[in-house]
Amino acid sequence: MEVKKAAMAGTLESSDAQVTVEPGNGKIELSIESSVIHQFGKQIKATILETLNRLDVTDAKVTVVDKGALDCTLKARVECAVYRSNDITENLPWGGVIK
Amino acid sequence: MINAVGREIPEEVLKATGKKVFEGAYAYDNYEYTKAAPTVHAVCDPKRSKMVENIHEALVKCGIKDGMTISFHHHFREGDYIVNMVMEEIHNMGIKGITICASSLGKAHDPIVPMIEDGTIVGIQSSGVRGKIGEAISTGKLRDLAIMRSHGGRVRAIESGEVHIDIAFIGAPTCDEYGNMKANGGKSDCGVLSYAVVDAEYADKVVAITDCLVPFPNVPASISMVHVDYVCVVDAIGNPAKIATGAAKPTTDVRKIMMADYCTQFVINTPYFKEGFSYQTGVGGASIASTISLGKIMEERGIHMGLGLGGITTPMCNLLEKGLVKTLVDTQDFDMGAIESIKKNPNHIEITASEYANPFNKGAYVNKLDFVILASLEVDVNFNCNVVVGSDGMITGAQGGHPDTAAGAKCTIVIAPLLQGRIPAICTNVTTVTTPGETVDVVITDYGIAINPKRQDLIECMKDVKLPFKTIEELRDMAYAMVGEPDPVQFGDRVVGIIEARDGTIIDVVREIKDYEFKD
Amino acid sequence: MSHPYKKRLRRSMMFLNCQKPGLIKDPYIYKPDSIMLDLEDAVAENQKDAARYSLYHALQEIDYRGVERVVRINGLDTPHWKEDIRVCVAGGADTIRIAKTESAQDVHVVEEHVLAAEREFGRPEGSTLLMSALESCKGVLNALEICKSSDRLIGIALSGGDYTKDLQTTITGTGVELQGARQQMIIAARAAGVQCWDTVFTNLDAMDVFEEEVKMIKMMGFDGKSLVNPRQIAIVHKIFTPTQKEIIFAEKVVKEIDEKKALGIGVFTVDGKMIDIAFYDGAKRTIDLAKASGVYEGDL
Repeated sequence: MEVKKAAMAGTLESSDAQVTVEPGNGKIELSIESSVIHQFGKQIKATILETLNRLDVTDAKVTVVDKGALDCTLKARVECAVYRSNDITENLPWGGVIK
Repeated sequence: MINAVGREIPEEVLKATGKKVFEGAYAYDNYEYTKAAPTVHAVCDPKRSKMVENIHEALVKCGIKDGMTISFHHHFREGDYIVNMVMEEIHNMGIKGITICASSLGKAHDPIVPMIEDGTIVGIQSSGVRGKIGEAISTGKLRDLAIMRSHGGRVRAIESGEVHIDIAFIGAPTCDEYGNMKANGGKSDCGVLSYAVVDAEYADKVVAITDCLVPFPNVPASISMVHVDYVCVVDAIGNPAKIATGAAKPTTDVRKIMMADYCTQFVINTPYFKEGFSYQTGVGGASIASTISLGKIMEERGIHMGLGLGGITTPMCNLLEKGLVKTLVDTQDFDMGAIESIKKNPNHIEITASEYANPFNKGAYVNKLDFVILASLEVDVNFNCNVVVGSDGMITGAQGGHPDTAAGAKCTIVIAPLLQGRIPAICTNVTTVTTPGETVDVVITDYGIAINPKRQDLIECMKDVKLPFKTIEELRDMAYAMVGEPDPVQFGDRVVGIIEARDGTIIDVVREIKDYEFKD
Repeated sequence: MSHPYKKRLRRSMMFLNCQKPGLIKDPYIYKPDSIMLDLEDAVAENQKDAARYSLYHALQEIDYRGVERVVRINGLDTPHWKEDIRVCVAGGADTIRIAKTESAQDVHVVEEHVLAAEREFGRPEGSTLLMSALESCKGVLNALEICKSSDRLIGIALSGGDYTKDLQTTITGTGVELQGARQQMIIAARAAGVQCWDTVFTNLDAMDVFEEEVKMIKMMGFDGKSLVNPRQIAIVHKIFTPTQKEIIFAEKVVKEIDEKKALGIGVFTVDGKMIDIAFYDGAKRTIDLAKASGVYEGDL
């Protein structure tokens, strides 16, 4: 999926993450800031990249500000930001690329 | 060298400090040693005044010079003005190489960080540090190794001569012109002066700092004039609003109440819960809630607490008022209710930190505890606790009386929610060991309760008790199943601090923090 | 055949905002019978999409440890409800709470979309249960037809805030404004053989008033209550759980009736009370409730 415009999802509350996606320069450019970076930096990065991969996003600037979100929340925020960048809110592929 | 809690203590640290590695919580029982003594100056001429005009004069008269060790107490908690006031003057005088030996340091002392950076301060010895001082130590800005020691361990270190205090600065809510100090009756009351007593007895020079000079004699004194060289009056020694807050409202957080109820149910099903039992609890929401719920059961069953120990809060004082506690023995007051209580209730008494917890005297109060209810940032599957270093590797807490009471009490209960955000409180290895697992008997979380397998007696007496018992490994696995298995913090190589066990051995080291790097 | 969980214990049904990750992470710790993950009023209009992604992953990945997962979807008068149904079914929600139900037709519309979603996402047909919130005078008056509208329907819940607005009054604290709706609804629910839940109580500083209200709705016959805070759960459970005295009495009644029936005796006394066969179902219900609440240790 193409990231058509800048879009954001999530908040900076504890246990949440704020994810911003912007059109990229030919690749995934990922920046992660996290309150739990030492313990979970590796897992956060893996979850974000897996989610982008499932959504077939290959060209985007992705910024994650994490406040200790669980993986399920990280996925939800990435998906939401990507679909928002395409103005899609209906007939989503639940259980397909969203899983 | 690997110590008794499995931590590698680098040889160079052992060499630099002359310390030994931790060998077990009671390895130094019956240890023989000669106490240190201060070098003091007699005051026999009655015409000589102890009064000085200001901190500067006190410092000059005490002979402040580069490389000295000076000490402070933390009874004013986050409202303390003394540390910053004295350090600012030392800084202005251009003195370098100072070691601060404080009973604790907090966020109120953030202003001394630039003095760490410019070499005014090169050593910090404290129960713990929070805020920017913690960051400064963790990022390697302090020249010497920081030493974190418990309240009891600090008294031991001073009395055994391991640390020698050149000048002690003791903030006193009231003081007379000859140095008799009291914790109450002034503008900045703090209830007790327990932690400062050892400083007064063992420092070469002792300066009393007050904002409320009262007529001689200020008696009964918490700290006597016989130890005091100089008395300095300043505008304010602290901010009363931050020294003691109003009593915390009992928590409405159901999770904390649930853990408190588990705790109370556990306590009352042990053989120690009987007439005259002794008890200490902390200031966390769950600890306070458990004091309240235990109080109800004591009332129902007509069981009285013989001894309530420690840092005191209003709920403990309420039990005293109701006649459910015989004696409250106090080393620190956490709220206004506790301070008011010690002023008026003759069964609420002040003791010294040595009486409270010193492992090298001839028996401290902690040894007589039946129960202590504690909190912890992390607990590992060996029941080791970490109360000093955050899961992000930054120094951010204090040992306080944690290792002392845990070692002393017959039943040590640690309450911790299983998760703090994504951080699991129950883990395979704590970031830093501050209290050895052999002294921790029970861990209570919102997901279940684990009894230390060492305590088969407790496991046996809980056999028919309806509580959600789990093994500590099960608790950890539940946490990891929810949040994933955490990676260890990426520390640098340099050791920036040591965690001293009560007996002065090294239980763990704290390393310099470095920026996180993704490893692909 | 009716769904095995249609009549499960539902004393406490706690609302949670789907948009707050900290809230939906582990509410089972408070041991409610059901949680109601809210896509409706608690979620801001511009976050309706975001809440669905959170809901989907929560339903799929969080182990709610046996707590029923109800999802409150947006009303049929909004642009959101169709996608809400898709995500609920795809995620595997146990039950969908239909907001602002006014007629059997409303339930049928939802049912149709649920069925379509069950087919789309390969879930067993009929596996998704429904409950209706009645939030208007029309809805309350149509309670009976709503209760009978679908095999999937587990029951009806009063939503007092909107209902009292429609009634042109407010929540007064006396309960007088809700009397009619409560009576009408519980009677309709029992007539149709479904469950019935009372509205939320939002003043957390008046736990004593809350407790009185729970006692009252229990006496009226309700199965439970919608809740807004975990602090309310223990109180509801305490009141809805039979006391040991009640359990022992019910046990005696059941055993005596079984025994006396065999001997052909119709009326007899238990603990000095006149008992006949009419007491049987009530006593069985007490035992069932005690079992479901985890306080029954007998052998019935």
